[in-house]
Amino acid sequence: MSSEPAQGPGATPARAGVAVAVADLTVRLDGALIVDSVDLDVAEGEWVTVIGPNGAGKSTALRAVAGLLPFQGSVHLHGHPLDRLHRRERAKAIAVVVQNPVVPVGMTVFDYILLGRTPYIPPLGRESATDLAAVDEELTALDLVPFAGRRLDTLSGGERQRVFLARALAQGARILLLDEPTSALDIGHQQEVLELVDHLRAERGLTVLATMHDLSTAGEYADRMVLLSGGRVVAAGTPTEVLTEANLAEHYRVKVRVIPGGHGPLVVAVRS
Amino acid sequence: MRPAGLRPAWFVAGVLAVLVAVTAGLAFGSISMPPGDVAIELLNLIPGVHLRSGLSEREVAILTELRLPRVVLGLLVGAMLALAGAAYQGAFRNPLADPHLLGVAAGAGLGVTAVIVLRPAGEASAGLPIGVPMAAFVGALVAVALTWVLGAAGGRDRSPAALILAGVAVAAFLSALQTFLLQRHVESLREVYSWLLGRLGTAGWHDVLVVLPYTVLTAAIMLTQRRELDVLTVGDEEAASLGLHPQRSRYILIVAASLGTAAAVSVSGLIGFVGIIVPHTLRLLAGPSHRSLLPLSLLFGAAFLALTDLLARVVGGAAEIPIGVVTAFLGAPFFIVVLRTTRSAVT
Repeated sequence: MSSEPAQGPGATPARAGVAVAVADLTVRLDGALIVDSVDLDVAEGEWVTVIGPNGAGKSTALRAVAGLLPFQGSVHLHGHPLDRLHRRERAKAIAVVVQNPVVPVGMTVFDYILLGRTPYIPPLGRESATDLAAVDEELTALDLVPFAGRRLDTLSGGERQRVFLARALAQGARILLLDEPTSALDIGHQQEVLELVDHLRAERGLTVLATMHDLSTAGEYADRMVLLSGGRVVAAGTPTEVLTEANLAEHYRVKVRVIPGGHGPLVVAVRS
Repeated sequence: MRPAGLRPAWFVAGVLAVLVAVTAGLAFGSISMPPGDVAIELLNLIPGVHLRSGLSEREVAILTELRLPRVVLGLLVGAMLALAGAAYQGAFRNPLADPHLLGVAAGAGLGVTAVIVLRPAGEASAGLPIGVPMAAFVGALVAVALTWVLGAAGGRDRSPAALILAGVAVAAFLSALQTFLLQRHVESLREVYSWLLGRLGTAGWHDVLVVLPYTVLTAAIMLTQRRELDVLTVGDEEAASLGLHPQRSRYILIVAASLGTAAAVSVSGLIGFVGIIVPHTLRLLAGPSHRSLLPLSLLFGAAFLALTDLLARVVGGAAEIPIGVVTAFLGAPFFIVVLRTTRSAVT
């Protein structure tokens, strides 16, 4: 696992090895300041998880990095400025699994994953053999072959999450954004999905930028963490550096015990 | 595993449905002719084919000069209303969207009424004025824009219910304007009223030629967007993350569907519910993918309206029932069924 030291605000976007370079990112929604001058770099192959209390601006920051919201500041993907990428090129560079993906009524798992190939299919054209092969590959990689012909809306939560992931992977992007990928899952399925992401990241050299609520789980999988509060970065570094009793008490207004664990600190809220 | 798309069997079924509808529409009516002979006369329309059908010269004239233009117009209007319904439902992500419920037809109706009542005296009844489809189109676009803007009153996400309520309000407003215009020009009342009820009856080749270019063009445009419609089913944000320009696809579809509807409505009058009945039935039978839904709506919409027109001609006996009445009679109960089965999506 690569674990480069955290990079400061002065990071130059074109530097090799940086997959996502965010500098001075500011987002206003309906006039309200939601994300306030955020700096964030994610190295190639690294897993960075953004945490923070509800309303801290995690999802908004992630959507801005995905190019889905207007923002001020700069975002570079593998050295290319986000706002100069054509939307199809952008979709080939970065894939997103949003928090509650829409499940189209009656669509099969196969067709849903094929949607991931949209940026490769010309406007008046049809899917190529390569596109179909890409779908088959993701079906196999995510253990979804038996579900290919099933309707997505008949699948369980854990199965659906794998299908959402498969659609994102079918985009062939090297950067994967995951907004609360496990919020709808029980702990068994949470672990299954995160292990899968970690495995694919190692296998394909993917870069992962995620937001998560469960702090212990987040800390077990992330190389580095960023704590957002009120739209600003208030702490960044390894899970051990960020998940401290003092940080969490200040920004989540909760009393916690932090216990050292095998893969990262374990956070337990205690009644005061 | 193959991706969803137009299955050959369904395509063949659609073509067969159109052929059956055409043959039946030509054979039956005030005088009936043997369908076999009608089929032979149809083949005779192909240049270079000369077969003996056993029909008299008068019957052949009825066939080619009276019934054929009417059947062809029914095909065009039905294809357009069903295709536009499917396109609106996909573009608005709203199972209840339909040219009539969005106020589009009322807008087109106002446009047509304005042209009929305001044209100079003495020009009356020489067939459809060339400007009618354009006037209908302007009215249709104004209506769909109003509905879209008003539909946002209940929140920016425009729930299906909010959009349909806005459509009803817009339709009521535009119909009121239309009534006002009519009251001021009582001499046109009869002409406009018979148009309002929907008719394919007075259709001659002239009407067919007026709408043909619009229907061909707009159908082609809508059909190019069928894959984009499938991507739009996951919502604008995810569609954008997949490299699509959701708003642009939506505008293309809405403008094309409105122009097509307006052209159809301008010759046929208000024929409701075709855009609900046909696409929803096809979704249940052939699957929800727009890649098959759009071409099949075109084929089965054409067949449906040609057959409905036959029903309107035959059931009423001497006094023909307006076709808009027949489609409403079939469509209103169907609409309730759609409403019940999609309740979760509406509220």
